[in-house]
Amino acid sequence: MTTTGTTPPPTPVPGEVKPRRAIPRREGGAAPGAGQANWVVRLALVVLCFLWIVPTLGIVITAFRSADAANTSGWWTVITSPLDFTQYTLSNYSQAWNEGMGNAFINSFAVTLPATVIPIMIAAFAAYAFTFMQFPFRDVLFVIIVALLVVPNQVALVPLLRIYGDVGLTGQFAAVYLAHIGFGMPLAVYILRNYMSTLPKAVIESAKIDGASHFKTFWRLIVPMSVPALASFAIFQFLWVWNDLLIALLFLGPGDKEVVTVTVAGLVGAQNQGWQLLTAGAIISMIVPVLVFVSLQRFFVRGLTAGSVKG
Amino acid sequence: MIRLINALLAIVGGVGAALLLFWILNKLVELLPTKWEERLKPWVFIGPAVVAIGFFLIYPAIRTFILSFANAQSTAWVGTENYTDLLGSSEFRNTLYNTLLWIAVVPAATVAIGLGVAVLADRLGPRSEKLSKSIIFLPMAISGVGQATIWRFIYEARPEGEPQIGLQNAVWTALGFDPVAWLQVSTLHFNSFLLMIILIWAQVGFSMVLLSAAVKGVPVDTLEAARIDGANERQIFFRVIVPQIWATVITVFITVLISVMKIFDVVYVMTNGNFNTDVIAVRFFNELFRNGNNGRASAIVVMLMIAVLPVIVYQVRHFRAEEAAR
Repeated sequence: MTTTGTTPPPTPVPGEVKPRRAIPRREGGAAPGAGQANWVVRLALVVLCFLWIVPTLGIVITAFRSADAANTSGWWTVITSPLDFTQYTLSNYSQAWNEGMGNAFINSFAVTLPATVIPIMIAAFAAYAFTFMQFPFRDVLFVIIVALLVVPNQVALVPLLRIYGDVGLTGQFAAVYLAHIGFGMPLAVYILRNYMSTLPKAVIESAKIDGASHFKTFWRLIVPMSVPALASFAIFQFLWVWNDLLIALLFLGPGDKEVVTVTVAGLVGAQNQGWQLLTAGAIISMIVPVLVFVSLQRFFVRGLTAGSVKG
Repeated sequence: MIRLINALLAIVGGVGAALLLFWILNKLVELLPTKWEERLKPWVFIGPAVVAIGFFLIYPAIRTFILSFANAQSTAWVGTENYTDLLGSSEFRNTLYNTLLWIAVVPAATVAIGLGVAVLADRLGPRSEKLSKSIIFLPMAISGVGQATIWRFIYEARPEGEPQIGLQNAVWTALGFDPVAWLQVSTLHFNSFLLMIILIWAQVGFSMVLLSAAVKGVPVDTLEAARIDGANERQIFFRVIVPQIWATVITVFITVLISVMKIFDVVYVMTNGNFNTDVIAVRFFNELFRNGNNGRASAIVVMLMIAVLPVIVYQVRHFRAEEAAR
């Protein structure tokens, strides 16, 4: 998982929790002690949540403060004078947008969208074969894919940089998204195959009896039934590619085609322009993944738990 | 605008080309006698995925291994010189030591805090549970660069006498001390620990979500049986809940471990490995990109792969066991 990006979206590792359907579980997350939290528990959680949100709050507030205010007084001073509107401004965003972030924002889409959409179908075909077809070396191939889930992308970068240089791909969006298609493929096949293997085999058998070819069964039955898993992978891949710095830095670098992570990393390095601009740029770079994450969290969490905690 | 249209064209073209490829191959295979059709069709289905993985992961990995025995421009063989040079320099040994520190601290801390939050939040009402979990989960959506920006602002230092705009120095000077450039304090690897806090902050949400699902999956009757037998809450937690979620604990630990071993963006943006905070992935990037030394960069990756090998073995064994139980 990765992680993230930094967080490289995490690589789901196959989990070990076996399905325990026969044993009664707690309904809807009601714990044995649900609602029994005493004040110590509540206080501990309030403190934790406070610690977790404060760092982000700092840059959110700073991005709305004037250059003068942001660089001469702490952002927390707005709490004592929140109604002093002279300290607030929206101009940081327009300035950051016009000084490179707007361009990078569009570039990020140009890299992330193909890297997210293209591998889905390729992986879905492969996952179908791994689940519903018999062929030699099937299990060996799948074990290799499972092993590749934890292999760091760095193993591929030295030769790829050279190959890209030879064919003139360095500095093109395609250099980045093609690499991400390759790097994301093991996770995509793994997630989809795990999901497909939970689909009822009887449906596929009856389609076969009705004379449907594999191609038809795949399109008409399996793809529509696999939408939740397709969505889980798409979200992982989107966050991973959008938030990636290493591959974008190597294959696109800073310049006209730089993506948001590269721009913000550059702003951090050249800090003479002040915190109000850097924080506004950082927020522009975060807004899309945060929106995707918040609105599609359900699929994301399902992907996480399906990849690692089955049952 | 043209870029976006190009991106859309790439999507349509990429998806369309792949579809067309599948369709044509499928039709071609269907022309064959049934026996051959049955034999070849699986390869049509997995072909493009296998080619992508082979070209972008397996072939380059083998190449990297070979290049690690060649010089900076990959024009001549140098034997094991890249390895002996790297391991012989105290600077690189420091890089390895830092990476080991990360490995020792971050996965364990992430699991412990995540488990703590999962268990505590489980006792809240549904609404406050959801809210507190969302707050802790959110940093996962933020890129490493964004995380680094957020925390650089916390650690920001201004000269003595000026108002401190970094939170840590504001608290520190309010307590009567002189401001400190925290990221440059390498005594006892203090600044490395400050960087680790960032990754822990970002990954606890992931750990909490998985562990929370596992804790909720613990059957109630085992808890009740323990309670009837007179176990207190602490005993129930350590002797009943923890053993039953141990598999998930390992899963989370390994996932975080892998992201720690290849941690790049946070360190790159915060210090670029200066002030004795270098880690293996940042060193790799600087050897490859700054110094253009393919040989050394490859040797670093091979060492990283050797370190990851036990995890791969575990991963495969574990997968096998799980498939057998299916």
